Amino acid sequence: MAAISRDDVAHLAKLARIEMSEAELDHLAKELDVILGAVARVQEVAGADVPPTSHPIPVNNVVREDVVRPSLTQQEALSGAPAQADGRFKVPQILGEE
Amino acid sequence: MTSIRSTASEMSAALAAGTITSVELTEAHFARIEDVDSDVHAFLYLDKAGALAQAAESDAKRSRGEAQSPLSGVPLALKDLLTQKGIPTTCGSKMLEGWRPPYDSTVVAKLKSAGVVILGKTNMDEFAMGSSTENSAYGPSHNPWDLTRIPGGSGGGSAAAIAAFEAPLAIGSDTGGSIRQPAAVTGTVGVKPTYGGVSRYGLIAFSSSLDQAGPCARTVLDAALLHEVIAGHDERDSTSINAPVPQVVKAAKKLDIKGMKIGVVKELQGDGFQAGVLERFHDGLDALVSAGAELVEVSCPTFDYALAAYYLIAPSECSSNLARFDSMRYGIRVGDDGVRGAEEIMNLTRHEGFGPEVKRRIILGTYALSSGYYDAYYGSAQKVRTLLMRDFNAAFAQADVLVSPTAPTTAFKIGAIEDPLAMYLNDIATIPVNMAGIGGMSLPCGLAPEDGLPVGFQIMAPAMRDDLMYQVGGALEATLLAKWGAPILDLAPVLAAK
Repeated sequence: MAAISRDDVAHLAKLARIEMSEAELDHLAKELDVILGAVARVQEVAGADVPPTSHPIPVNNVVREDVVRPSLTQQEALSGAPAQADGRFKVPQILGEE
Repeated sequence: MTSIRSTASEMSAALAAGTITSVELTEAHFARIEDVDSDVHAFLYLDKAGALAQAAESDAKRSRGEAQSPLSGVPLALKDLLTQKGIPTTCGSKMLEGWRPPYDSTVVAKLKSAGVVILGKTNMDEFAMGSSTENSAYGPSHNPWDLTRIPGGSGGGSAAAIAAFEAPLAIGSDTGGSIRQPAAVTGTVGVKPTYGGVSRYGLIAFSSSLDQAGPCARTVLDAALLHEVIAGHDERDSTSINAPVPQVVKAAKKLDIKGMKIGVVKELQGDGFQAGVLERFHDGLDALVSAGAELVEVSCPTFDYALAAYYLIAPSECSSNLARFDSMRYGIRVGDDGVRGAEEIMNLTRHEGFGPEVKRRIILGTYALSSGYYDAYYGSAQKVRTLLMRDFNAAFAQADVLVSPTAPTTAFKIGAIEDPLAMYLNDIATIPVNMAGIGGMSLPCGLAPEDGLPVGFQIMAPAMRDDLMYQVGGALEATLLAKWGAPILDLAPVLAAK
């Protein structure tokens, strides 16, 4: 049985906010099934007693002094915006959707 | 006589002696780029006006007798995933086409303050995902040794620029081998510093626990000089190491490795490695012995699982990092017709903006992190990471540095590898270094007899002991150079203006 189905890929694409054509879904489902089959071997090696490592250096809660310093101007921050209005990012409608 | 074929150290000396100006040197490199880059396609963007202004400023400072950093006035090519204020930065993706960042990355800020002249931005696999630059949305770069072959990836543009004498120095980034594998297949030197050694501020994130920027050059000493310019603690990167930068320039100049123990990793040779790659790797080992080092075989059994773990961890982090490309604040926006809603536009933009490999990894990562699969995939991969670090710790108890071939094969033909899994195998020897956060270097160790193409020799050093790999690399380079009689790039085809 396949590790991942075409419907799974369609669902993941929806979660990842990527529109996908029927052809892309077909192709990707096959490829991902092969890739997952190959990477699943990570399950073979470590016992329950092995702790996970999420990061190579053990740093936690790094903070800096809370002082005001120069930063981007409003115009600089907006300089790459696809659309802007009144000094703000202009986005498409977000209400009225499901 | 200084020329574009000189090393960065030689250029630095000539600038200091006043036999050439930075403006002359910069113009010579732009002339070279004009002659050969239509063939090589190392660059995505050239900033001729900005570079010449930086060069003139370096010359002016020098003429006023102001203190100069060693690389002041020396040209450099910048991988297109580091932000440079006002200069187009695409990360090899259509998603960022036309974007001009409003700020400098810390690496760029350090280069500028050292007076390094930034010629332009180099080509790369989209968002640094790939081993060949074939995933660039702007077309592949070509290997100067054979234009029908790949220059490695993701930083193929940076390595190709150096090998084609379009720049003496370049910046790359290495998440699973993207500095070292391109160095290997182009006959150049590339270094992935210890994780946290170089700030990631302004480096467009692919896999945040693995990404590290580093130097690309034609010699070990040149790489060291650039390493010292870009390294150091940065409060804008919370994972930046707050400790003195290892003295890599001094180490590169030592040329003494008598009595050092070199660990040869048993799992990184044999099956899957091209015969000529292994042959040249063994030449490198012989050279180390002739320079007075001692070889010990070390075993790192978990390395066999490193690739599998990497292709869960890197896609997982990428699926999260690339969520920022939402078409709202910067980058392209597709389908905004005044009727469609934000989510639909986001979906369309990400459909158009991302190429196949990026989509593949985002979906894979989304899967590995999803409820019900997290423990089996991402969780297991994180445990493998622990075991990899234990393997390295055990090996470094027996040896000062570890060595292996950098890449399993020499440069392959553009278009030759279509299967993603086969492509991922290019990183088999480089990935363990990223997973453990330690340092790795690749330098040339000869040409494979079967195809006449460069082979890379990898040196791995414990975290924050980057100086050790420069010490061994410098001595190996000197020993091989004495044997060859000339730098390996002298054997590359001379590309010329059409």
